[in-house]
Amino acid sequence: MTNARKSTKTPSITEKPITGSKVLCDTLLDEGVDTVFGYPGGVVLPIFDELYDSPINFIIPRHEQGGTHMADGYARASGKVGVVLVTSGPGACNTVTGIATAFMDSIPMVIITGQVKTHLIGNDAFQEADTTGITKPITKHNYIVKDPKDLGRTIREAFHLARTGRPGPVLIDLPVDVTTALCQMAPKGEFLLPGYKVRTEGHMRQIVKAAEAINAAQRPVIYSGGGVLISEASAELTELVEKSNVPITTTLLGLGAFDENKDLSLEMLGMHGTAYANFAIQECDLLVAIGSRFDDRITGDVKRFAPNAKIIHIDIDPSSISKNVKVDIPVVGDAKKILVELNKLIEFRERKEWLARIAELKEKFPLTYDNEGEGIKPQYVIEEIWRQTKGQALVTTGVGQHQMWAAQFYKFSKPRHFISSGGLGTMGFGVPACMGAQIACPDATVINIDGDSSFSMSLLEIPTAVEHNLPVKICVLNNGYMGMVRQWQELFYGHRYSKSYMKQPCFAKVAEAFGAVGITVSKKSEVADAVKRMLAEDKCCVVDFQVEREENVWPMVATGKGLHEMAGLPTNTSERV
Amino acid sequence: MKHTISALVQNQAGVLSHVAGMFSARGYNIDSLVVGRTDDPRFSRMTIVVVGDNDVLEQVRKQLAKIVPVVKIFDYTNEKLVQRDLMLIKVASTPEQRPEIMAMVEMFSAKVVDIGLKFVTIEVTGPEEKIEAFIEICRPYGIKDVARTGMLALPRHAKA
Ligand SMILES: Cc1ncc(C[n+]2csc(CCOP(=O)(O)OP(=O)(O)O)c2C)c(N)n1
Ligand SMILES: [Mg+2]
Repeated sequence: MTNARKSTKTPSITEKPITGSKVLCDTLLDEGVDTVFGYPGGVVLPIFDELYDSPINFIIPRHEQGGTHMADGYARASGKVGVVLVTSGPGACNTVTGIATAFMDSIPMVIITGQVKTHLIGNDAFQEADTTGITKPITKHNYIVKDPKDLGRTIREAFHLARTGRPGPVLIDLPVDVTTALCQMAPKGEFLLPGYKVRTEGHMRQIVKAAEAINAAQRPVIYSGGGVLISEASAELTELVEKSNVPITTTLLGLGAFDENKDLSLEMLGMHGTAYANFAIQECDLLVAIGSRFDDRITGDVKRFAPNAKIIHIDIDPSSISKNVKVDIPVVGDAKKILVELNKLIEFRERKEWLARIAELKEKFPLTYDNEGEGIKPQYVIEEIWRQTKGQALVTTGVGQHQMWAAQFYKFSKPRHFISSGGLGTMGFGVPACMGAQIACPDATVINIDGDSSFSMSLLEIPTAVEHNLPVKICVLNNGYMGMVRQWQELFYGHRYSKSYMKQPCFAKVAEAFGAVGITVSKKSEVADAVKRMLAEDKCCVVDFQVEREENVWPMVATGKGLHEMAGLPTNTSERV
Repeated sequence: MKHTISALVQNQAGVLSHVAGMFSARGYNIDSLVVGRTDDPRFSRMTIVVVGDNDVLEQVRKQLAKIVPVVKIFDYTNEKLVQRDLMLIKVASTPEQRPEIMAMVEMFSAKVVDIGLKFVTIEVTGPEEKIEAFIEICRPYGIKDVARTGMLALPRHAKA
C-alpha cells in the first residue's frame, strides 16, 4: 500500500483499501467496459460475488470458447476491448481457441482467468492449469498476479496493451487469494512498461518517398488489410484511393475499408480473390500494402508474388515488414496518421492505360456463378441477402466455402461490417461472434452466414441469443459437407471424400427447441421469401438453406501456384484446375 | 552465420520462457542463451547467440522487441566485442599426469579448482575458440563432465 504514485488526476480513486475483486470490477468500469462475457467457477466466486452488485452487463455463454468469440465479435464490431472472465483450469483452457483466434487477427481483448491460491500453484491443485504457460504464444502479453500490490496496475496495463499499437488479447491470471486480499485501484495511465514502445507517427522521409513512388507509378495497386479497420482509417484510405486514382484490393479482414461498389475497387485478393485483383497484383509496378501482412493465403507462391512491383508497406508492427516479402519502402506507424500525411502529397493521375486494363480484366473475368439450374446456389442466397439488406448488414461467418462466398458476393461498403476469423480460420466462430456484434451494435442487422459443420460447432450458443433477446439471423448454407474440405478432396485427392461428411439434424427444429425461430428452405423459389421473413423476425432466427451440395469456390489459387495461375476462371471453366 | 544479440529485460516471472518460447515457435536456432541480473535488480541481461542469415537476424530482433518485458535490444553483429564463456571441465588424471595437466592449465591461464584421486576440475574462461581448444587438448586424458555458461558479450567501446 506504499506505492508512491506519480499520476494525480483520478479523483474517483479511493485510497481506502478494498478487495482485489472490487478493484477488478471498479477498474473494468473505469476502463469503459459495459459488457463482460464469462462463466463462473470455484476460484472466481469472489469476483462473481462482487459482480452481483455491479452495473456491468454480464453474458454467460454455454461454453467458454463461445464467450471468448463473443467478446471477439463485440470487439471487432465496436473497436472496443472485449472482456472475458472465466474460472481456472477447464474454464481457462476452454478459452484457448478464442484467444488464438483473436491473436491472429489482432483483436483487442482482456481475458481474466481465475487461478488456484498462490501457495498451491505448481502442486497440481484441483482445477489448476499453467494458464500463462499455455497462452504465452497466443497473447500479446500475459500476467499472473501473485502480489496484490500489482493488481491495480496490471489491469490498467492489460487494457493499454490490448488496445494500443498492434492490438491483441492480453490475459491476466488471478489467484483466488489475490482477489480476496486488500489492495488498491491504480490510477489511469499507471504503467510499468519500459519495454513497450509504440511508434504511431510515420517517418516523414519514408512518407515522402512513398508519395513520390505513388505519383510516379504507371500501374499501381493498393492492397489493404485489417490494420486499416483497426486504425479507423477508412475515410483516409478512401481519400488516398480517390485522390491518387489507384485501384484497391483488400484482404478478407480488410473488406469494407473501401466501398466495394465503387469502380476503383477490385474487391478481395488472394486464394479465392477476384481474378481482376489477382491479375492486377501480378501486373502492377507498385504495390501499396497498408495494414496487411502478406499472409500465404494472399500471396500464393510468394517468390512469384507481384514480380514487377516495387513495394510500399505501411504497418504499425515493425516485425510485419519484410517478414514474408521484401519491402522497398517501409513506413512504420499508425495507418490513419500516416495516410493523413501521405494524402497531402498525393497528386491525381489519369492512369488511362492502367485503368483501361483493369476494366478489361473486370469485363473478361467477372466474379460469377451459374445460377441456371434447379438447385439453390449458395452464392445466390448471399446475393439475395445482400440485395434485401441493401448491403448494410453486419455479416459474420464460420470457416469454409460459405465464408469465401460471403466475402465474394456480399459487397461491403462500410468498415467493421464483415467479421470473420481470418488468420486462424476457426470454425464455430460465426454464431458467438454475431452475438457479440449484436450486443455491440444493438440496432444493426446482424447476419451470420454459416456452414453446416461450422454451425454445428457452436449452435449450443443459440439459447444465449434467445435468453438475451438478440435478434441475430443465422443463415446456414447447408451443403451437408465440410464443403471446403470436400472441395480440396475433389480437386487434389481424386474425389475421395474421406470423412468430410456428417449427418446433420434438422437445424430448424433444433432452433425451435432452443426457443429461436427455425426455417428450412429447400427450393430456389423460396429463398427470397425466407430471407424476407428472416429479416422481419425480431428474435434469433435460424434459416437452413439446403444448397447444392458440390458447388465449388472459384476462382482458386492452389497452394504453390502464383496468383495469376487461377483455376475456375469464367473463360476456362471446362478445364478447371 | 552466428550473431550475438543482447537484450535487457524486465526482471519478472516468465520472461525467459517467453523469449525461449518465441525462438522455438518461430523456428530460430539458438546457439546459446545466458541470463543474469544486471547491476540494477529490476533488469536482467540476456545474451543470445543465434544462427541464421541477416534476414533471420532482422526478424529475431523485431520479434524480441515485440515481447513486452524486453526493454532494449543490442545487436552486436558488426561490433568489436569482449566475449567470454566460462567452463568447468572435469578431466581424468592420475597423480603422474598432473604436471602435464598443470602445464596446460598454465598455458591457457586456467585454474584448477578441485583435485581428486582420479580427476581434476579446471575452470577456463575466454572466448569460444579458446574454450573449444581446451576441450580438445583434454580429450586424450578423458573428459568426465563439462559445464559451460554459454557466451556473454559486451561491446568494446561504449557508443557515444
Ligand atoms: C476448428 C476447425 N477445425 C477444422 C478446420 C478445417 N476446416 C476448414 S473448412 C472446413 C469445413 C467447413 O465446413 P462447413 O462449416 O460446413 O462449411 P462449408 O465449407 O461447407 O461452407 C474444415 C473442417 C477448421 N478450419 N477449424
Ligand atoms: Mg458445409
